[in-house]
Amino acid sequence: MYKLLLCWRYLRTRWIALASIVSVTLGVATMIVVNAVMAGFSHEMQTRIHGILSDLVFESHSLSGFQDPQWHMDEIKRAAGDDIVGMTPTVAVPAMLNFQVRGQWITRQIMLIGIDEATHAQVSDFGRYLQHPANRGQLSFGLRDGGYDTIDSQSDTKAVTRPALEGAGWPHRRMRVERERVWREKLEADRRAGVDAGAAESGPARSVDQQVNAVLAATAADAAAPSADQAADQAAADPAAAGKPADPFRQARPEEGTKMDPAREQFTGIVPGIGLASFRDNAGTDRFLVLPGDDVKITFPTAGTPPKAVSDTFTVVDFYESKMSEYDSNFVFVPIASLQRMRGMIDPQSGLASVNSIQIKLREGADLDRVRDTLRKVFPADLYAVSTWRDKQGPLLAAVDMEMSVLNILLFLIIAVAGFGILAIFFMIVVEKTRDIGILKSLGASAGGIGGIFLGYGLFLGIVGAGAGLALGLSIAWNINSIRAGVEWCTGERVFDPSIYYFYRIPSIVHPFTVLWIIVGAVGIAVGSSVLPALRAARLHPVEALRHD
Amino acid sequence: MTETAPAILRVRDLRKNYRSGETTLEVLRGVDFDLATGEFVSIVGQSGSGKSTLLHLMGLLDAADAGSIELDGTRIDGLSSSRRDRLRNTAVGMVFQSYHLLPELDALENVLAPLMVRHGVIEWLRVRHQARDTARALLDRFGLGGRLRHKPRQLSGGEMQRVAIARALVTRPRVLLADEPTGNLDEATGAGILDTLCELNRADGLSIVLVTHDAAVARRADRIVRLAAGRVDDAPLSSDEAGQARHAARRKAG
Ligand SMILES: Nc1ncnc2c1ncn2[C@@H]1O[C@H](COP(=O)(O)OP(=O)(O)OP(=O)(O)O)[C@@H](O)[C@H]1O
Ligand SMILES: [Mg+2]
Repeated sequence: MYKLLLCWRYLRTRWIALASIVSVTLGVATMIVVNAVMAGFSHEMQTRIHGILSDLVFESHSLSGFQDPQWHMDEIKRAAGDDIVGMTPTVAVPAMLNFQVRGQWITRQIMLIGIDEATHAQVSDFGRYLQHPANRGQLSFGLRDGGYDTIDSQSDTKAVTRPALEGAGWPHRRMRVERERVWREKLEADRRAGVDAGAAESGPARSVDQQVNAVLAATAADAAAPSADQAADQAAADPAAAGKPADPFRQARPEEGTKMDPAREQFTGIVPGIGLASFRDNAGTDRFLVLPGDDVKITFPTAGTPPKAVSDTFTVVDFYESKMSEYDSNFVFVPIASLQRMRGMIDPQSGLASVNSIQIKLREGADLDRVRDTLRKVFPADLYAVSTWRDKQGPLLAAVDMEMSVLNILLFLIIAVAGFGILAIFFMIVVEKTRDIGILKSLGASAGGIGGIFLGYGLFLGIVGAGAGLALGLSIAWNINSIRAGVEWCTGERVFDPSIYYFYRIPSIVHPFTVLWIIVGAVGIAVGSSVLPALRAARLHPVEALRHD
Repeated sequence: MTETAPAILRVRDLRKNYRSGETTLEVLRGVDFDLATGEFVSIVGQSGSGKSTLLHLMGLLDAADAGSIELDGTRIDGLSSSRRDRLRNTAVGMVFQSYHLLPELDALENVLAPLMVRHGVIEWLRVRHQARDTARALLDRFGLGGRLRHKPRQLSGGEMQRVAIARALVTRPRVLLADEPTGNLDEATGAGILDTLCELNRADGLSIVLVTHDAAVARRADRIVRLAAGRVDDAPLSSDEAGQARHAARRKAG
């Protein structure tokens, strides 16, 4: 009984001990918040990565790929059976994207991915990341007649952050063509006037020439005189398509020699990652270099040996935004059939097409690693690589895990510091209270009982500190976005910049197990650091203690 | 004399050395000492003669190097530490020169402290009313009925010493061991404390060992034992015939 009474009396008079409660509280709260945010980021990233990649990727080592995807898909189905719920072939090649902004050519290094628009959205979250609501339902590589989202569909804010997408699509395309026509005519007129005025001055005339060429370069005028390569790839124009430009499967194919009308027809549609075409300004608004309806050029290698570089013109029809900048600034999606044709991946004799990889979706709860191993047994490893999405992003996921453990160790040191505080304070109390300990012993208190006072005291500090830390940490973790808003409002500074993270709110996930582990750790440290003082108090010799002043 | 009365404390050939490095200080070199039931004995001796050491050994606060101590005919030296703790709590009451009260507790709580040490929390809830009554009655008896809620620092030396005596008695010990209880007090207050001790000895038959180096104080006891050179000096230099006669007479009467 005396233990409780004395613990209570000491607590009331030793406020310094409460200082260590505060440090335990702060340590626990920090750990809970940091873990919640880290878990949030990690979870966000994993769902993104998993959403971009399918469960399993079956691919060939060579850039030319393997023939007859249908046969492979049948074989995969036979090997893995019921676990498979969806498959789609893809072709991926490194390529270069060129587009013109205000007369300047911009070149980007990209990964050109041919996808089957009918089935691709079934194996991953691909469809979710598109900007046109209709494309999110079913992707079409045909240009839409406006209606692109000006509000980020993946954010929960209702702020219009993409005003530029308002007129995107056919209206934008028509307007651009018209503007270019007017501009071209004006230049033409200027040039004629200039030539008449001073035929001897070759300098200015040449510069105007360059200007005109620059303006024309990325436009449909280019298509009027296609190179031999391009002409072969761009199939004949379908007259019906011009009238119904939104029809995804009938794309404009200008017939060889005939002039294509860019105001009513489009090239093969592509969906570039949003990071390739836009940037976010300080106000949080997305600025676009290219809009749906604009034409771009892509240079990519053919399937032959050695590969040759070929170029073609494409029309942007939508943007892909996974919010993983690595993908958003790298991926460009095209229809797989067009890419196979352009790269010469279709065997002229058999008519069989080649693909680089097959994306596989497994049923909910299937063991990815097991299916992967099954497939690895069936298909020779020197020809095919089978990997799960985790394998693909292994180093990144491992890095995040490691980052989290290192951070946890560092944060636990904060609590350890609090532990040393408790140790020092308790030693002080033991020294200060030596005589009282002697008195208690002379009254018959056992060594265990005396030690118990300090252990109980430490336990109390730990529980109160960790409890307060738990409350503080959880309330911060759960309200982190309101707190962020408050801080931003107070300081006028952006604490969390969505243009860096591509998230609009700070993700935070509180794992009960992590919290439990933190609490147990904190209380353990508090009790642990009171063990030494407790032992010392327990071992005090009663007579010596009584003599102590 | 007192041979007929059963000895409540019997100390035989008790030795205690203090070692510090190479040198060994022999403080007690074979002390023989008996305390009869209901007897009031003073131990006197020069400073450093080992009076406090002897008292601590009898109060189980320290362990002897050799010799035996019997309490009520059972040896209490060499017991396990838990049984020593138990005996210290139940059989022995100790009073010290500098009171040794717990500063965080008030007078009543200080008196209750040994009972709190004895009982666990649940048991305490059961016995606390009775314990409080006992403690209050003791403090009342020592004239401290109005100071129950005062902290030690709010009390005078004499009052603190009386609280300490009440604390020593609340467990109903077999012997009371007092180490210079009047050492820090002025003559009048010290006399008051001694009166209290005499009263307890006479009225309650409490066996008391009183350590002092004040001859006048020692004379209040039934018998005086002199400690010198680590032994009990058998030649009683200032034996108080009257006191011994008084004790013998009371034994016969009781
Ligand atoms: N822990 C110790 N280590 C070494 N020597 C000690 C220790 N405790 C006591 N002594 C020595 O033992 C001797 C006896 O001490 P003790 O306190 O019993 O004397 P005392 O008779 O009570 O003296 P006083 O009348 O001054 O209280 C002294 O010389 C003291 O220095
Ligand atoms: Mg002494």
